[in-house]
Amino acid sequence: MKLYCLSSDAAKPCFVLSFKELLIMLDCGLSAHSVLNFLPLPPVPSTRLASLPTYTPPHINDPLLEGELKECCGRVFVDSVPEFCPPLDKVVDFSQLDVILISNYTCMMALPFITEETGFKGQVYATEPTLQIGRFYLEELSEWLSEGGATGEGGPGARRWKELVHLLPPPLAQAVRPRAWRRLFSAAALARSLARVRVVGYDERVDLYGALDATAVSSGFCLGSANWVLRSAHEKVAYVSGSSTLTTHPRPINQAALRGADLLVLAALTQTPAHNPDHMLGDLCVHAALTLRSGGSVLLPVYPSGVLYDLLECLSAHLEGAGLGGVPLYVISPVADASLAYSNILAEWVSGGKQARVALPEEPFPHAALARAGRLRHAKALHHLPDFRQPCVVFAGHPSLRFGAAVHLLELWASNPAHAVIFTEPDFPYVEALAPFQPLAMKAFHCPIDTSLNYSQANKLVRELRPRELALPEQYAAGGGAGRPHVGADVPTVVVKRGAAKAATVRRRAARGTLCGTLAARAVPREVAGGSGGLRAAPLAAELRVRDARVELVAPPAPARAAPLHWSSPDVEALVRALAREGGGPHATHVFCEGRPDVRQALRRALAACLPHV
Amino acid sequence: MPEIKITPLGAGQDVGRSCILLSMGGKNIMLDCGMHMGYNDERRFPDFSYIVPEGPITSQIDCVIISHFHLDHCGALPYMSEMVGYTGPIYMTHPTKAIAPILLEDMRKVAVERKGESNFFTSQMIKDCIKKVTAVTLHQSVMVDNELEIKAYYAGHVLGAAMFWIRVGSQSVVYTGDYNMTPDRHLGAAWIDKCRPDLLISESTYATTIRDSKRCRERDFLKKVHECVEKGGKVLIPVFALGRAQELCILLETYWERMNLKYPVYFALGLTEKANNYYKMFITWTNQKIRKTFVQRNMFDFKHIKPFDKSYIDNPGAMVVFATPGMLHAGLSLNIFKKWAPYEQNMLIMPGFCVQGTVGHKILNGAKKIEFENRQVVEVKMAVEYMSFSAHADAKGIMQLIQYCEPKNVLLVHGEAQKMEFLKDKIEKEFSINCYMPANGETAVINTPTKIPIDVSLRLLKAEAVRYNAQPPDPKRRRVVHGILCVKDNRLSFLDIDEVCEEIGINRHIIRFTSTVRFDDPGPAVKTAEKLKGLLTEKLQGWSITISDGNISVESVLIKVEGEDESTKNIYVSWTNQDEDLGSYILGLLQSMVQ
Repeated sequence: MKLYCLSSDAAKPCFVLSFKELLIMLDCGLSAHSVLNFLPLPPVPSTRLASLPTYTPPHINDPLLEGELKECCGRVFVDSVPEFCPPLDKVVDFSQLDVILISNYTCMMALPFITEETGFKGQVYATEPTLQIGRFYLEELSEWLSEGGATGEGGPGARRWKELVHLLPPPLAQAVRPRAWRRLFSAAALARSLARVRVVGYDERVDLYGALDATAVSSGFCLGSANWVLRSAHEKVAYVSGSSTLTTHPRPINQAALRGADLLVLAALTQTPAHNPDHMLGDLCVHAALTLRSGGSVLLPVYPSGVLYDLLECLSAHLEGAGLGGVPLYVISPVADASLAYSNILAEWVSGGKQARVALPEEPFPHAALARAGRLRHAKALHHLPDFRQPCVVFAGHPSLRFGAAVHLLELWASNPAHAVIFTEPDFPYVEALAPFQPLAMKAFHCPIDTSLNYSQANKLVRELRPRELALPEQYAAGGGAGRPHVGADVPTVVVKRGAAKAATVRRRAARGTLCGTLAARAVPREVAGGSGGLRAAPLAAELRVRDARVELVAPPAPARAAPLHWSSPDVEALVRALAREGGGPHATHVFCEGRPDVRQALRRALAACLPHV
Repeated sequence: MPEIKITPLGAGQDVGRSCILLSMGGKNIMLDCGMHMGYNDERRFPDFSYIVPEGPITSQIDCVIISHFHLDHCGALPYMSEMVGYTGPIYMTHPTKAIAPILLEDMRKVAVERKGESNFFTSQMIKDCIKKVTAVTLHQSVMVDNELEIKAYYAGHVLGAAMFWIRVGSQSVVYTGDYNMTPDRHLGAAWIDKCRPDLLISESTYATTIRDSKRCRERDFLKKVHECVEKGGKVLIPVFALGRAQELCILLETYWERMNLKYPVYFALGLTEKANNYYKMFITWTNQKIRKTFVQRNMFDFKHIKPFDKSYIDNPGAMVVFATPGMLHAGLSLNIFKKWAPYEQNMLIMPGFCVQGTVGHKILNGAKKIEFENRQVVEVKMAVEYMSFSAHADAKGIMQLIQYCEPKNVLLVHGEAQKMEFLKDKIEKEFSINCYMPANGETAVINTPTKIPIDVSLRLLKAEAVRYNAQPPDPKRRRVVHGILCVKDNRLSFLDIDEVCEEIGINRHIIRFTSTVRFDDPGPAVKTAEKLKGLLTEKLQGWSITISDGNISVESVLIKVEGEDESTKNIYVSWTNQDEDLGSYILGLLQSMVQ
């Protein structure tokens, strides 16, 4: 068994496991940190962004670099369509992958990079909410970027700076392998890729080419989020990615299914270990209420699903309590309608409390009621809201602040100190996200809410699950800076680096098959004396049938004689007695001794003694 | 031979009161726990005393599985769990768990408040019963205990209806509940994978019917309704609150919209809106089309269909009324029927099956006068139409399902004896498998092949695969492996001989025999060896014979020619004990060659 790591971002994992002659990809996360190096793509042309000064590195005169770089408040940005950092494609040949297992919708954004135009022929499995909400995320991204003509391979793009990256000021100089960065896929590639996904339910056993069973079990992180358990008759591998032990809206984590694995692969822990999500949610409500009371509006750059549902529920309740019940809440996203409607038909995927509401029958999430009451409005874009009222709370993407409606709102509100922007998504460092909008007069708050496991929760989980071996991306392992939080367990640990492969010690010895009754009746197992106790054995000749990699032992039509097993050394006296019974022994004995004089001598003596002689 | 035993307590050669006992591998499972709509006495509920004449029932039943929310499948559940005292696990799908208590409560009200029955379960009992239910999702494999596994498949009969696959050890059974193989206006078609169960327990309501196309039936229905209301008649459609009602509502709604009709359409029950809400929230259980378009337009928001009020019964003029319950055995639909039946211009459309003993059943059989308990006699002059809209699989559908899942045996329930007989013949002829149809209280016993789980050594398998793959491909060639069957701590394994020795720490004793044959054959020894190989190849077809350094080997048999250029050669034949047959055969062959 081997484990490959293809992603540099531990929160957006991508592993490949080779086991039982299968190549199984575990998640395919897309690292979007690279987009922070680019200038924002405003949905409405912005004169401020257009008039930023061009940057040229000192002592360099390269006409090809002309216009590729712009400067804003001392930071250099690439003035081109944003690019993403897909999983490494040189380590594993994607056309050889048999299966892709997706744990949750935040870890599937690179799927089209892997399945399209790579010769990929395998199967992709995800839960239904993962597929649907993942589709919302991807379509939202694709829609914003295609407005700017920034998907697919067409059109010019800044390239030259990648050659000169070592000459550029930080943080651009530290960009990891910018030559491998790619533009977002086209909408058509996206649709083709998602059409390959096969939907599974929690605890549904998926047969992988007869070799393994894969089961998605609830991970408690978001709607439809799953940990995968790969099982054969004797081996068990658990892939734990994006799990949460907190109580939020999704179904709670199923730990029992992960217990006792031969190998536990741990990925996608929290990105903000220093922040408690509950406190952050409280802070956020307070900041929002204060801003609104002083007449300012609040912008929350968010993804179109996930924590958004909790934010809507908590913030609306808090504002009501603070006497701000009249403040409109806006959700602006190309997929806002679908996302909000969809969340309310997922009764089977939500927590017990929310499930109980369905029996009444009421929607599991309160945002449907908020929308009916007119407090919550949702639209595809800002201009679809004719009676946009301020002060208000706006939920809009994208959290990187490089594209989407949030860019436009930030441009509008940046100079007004009454307004506030509150960062909740943990994927991007907020200071960097805000960099191209400096100087900024509006307030900025950082209240990251990441419900996935933190390090102490992860350590506790590993202790409870008792795997025989643990595999981690290097970011989570001990070492590096002193005092840095890490996962430490008293089990053998395999640490994998991006682009590297590590062998795990799981070794296979037997396959599970079935024995037919007729054949079993033929065998008469007898106690094996001399060996370790309690073992009975019988020689058996069986006809082997292998269908769909399943082994069946059936009775051969003509009973073949089974080869007996002899052991130990013969009881000489019994041998002699038996020979005597047989009678008519040989008149000549030819002893072959294969160069063992001691054996020859012993036989010689024995023969000589038992033959009549004078 | 291991057995599977099936005893229907209800629904054996009968429709209504589905309740089937299944025992296999030491587990007892109850499939559905329904009540009979045609009876008001103790025959209404299954005879639980069959299971255990006295004493607690829980220890006798490992789990109860409910296929869908119709009362003839779940109506006796509160009785069983709260009055008989069953405390074990109960499984049903999420929509069934949400909707069943509402129908149960509805029925309880009719039984207790209208008919004044006592000794019936209470509202609280229904609530307590539902609390004990474990909800399952489609395809989720649920381990009831270490050995018993169940899995739900989509059945398409009503919202949340499921078929269940049940496995104990190597034995498996599929119970279909009620199912529908053709997608309709709001539900998809039943689906199951090729799970090859030992037994398929299928409903057979429409065992002999092959229904004409759905479109024709729909057109017919709409035409009849339209003609009647055009003449000023009133149309009564008795339905159950959830299920067929929603499909017919979608049908009428779209027709009214298209034809721009203004006649009032009513849905009689406070439940309407609530019922539609369930459909909205469990939209993942409806068909593809509704699921795809629900964000833009929810099919269950009706514009033309309005709630009914009792005072409308005597309103003049045309109208269409959907009223519950569906078999005209009680409640509002019966009240409306009594008022409207004596007038010729009115019409009754029965969209589903009626159980024997109900008013609906009598009318469908052509009764022109109905007498009620209080000596009230109602003359039936209104037109009566029966349209099979209830979503059961027809004969074609049942055959299709058998083809899908490839069972080794079929057992029919939930149908009428005569029709079952016909279908049984057909199944046995077409698929050459056994088909059973036990009556209530009768036990069908099905033998299944023994299959014992065993661990097969990879070393053994790999060595065999190498040998097998070295030969030219022939799918008919038998693959025989020799090894040692080991039993330890009740676990079986099949190992290579050397592995066994390593495993238990014994030294293998190898017995080898060597014999010499003298052969007059001038020329170099290599020539002789080749001659021998030719002979062996001819005689031993299908064996792999190799020659190296002048030594011929077949399996463990080794043949060696000695005496370089002498005219008489010594041929040594040597073999191990396990190849005794082959070795002595070759020796015999050589000896006869020499003579």
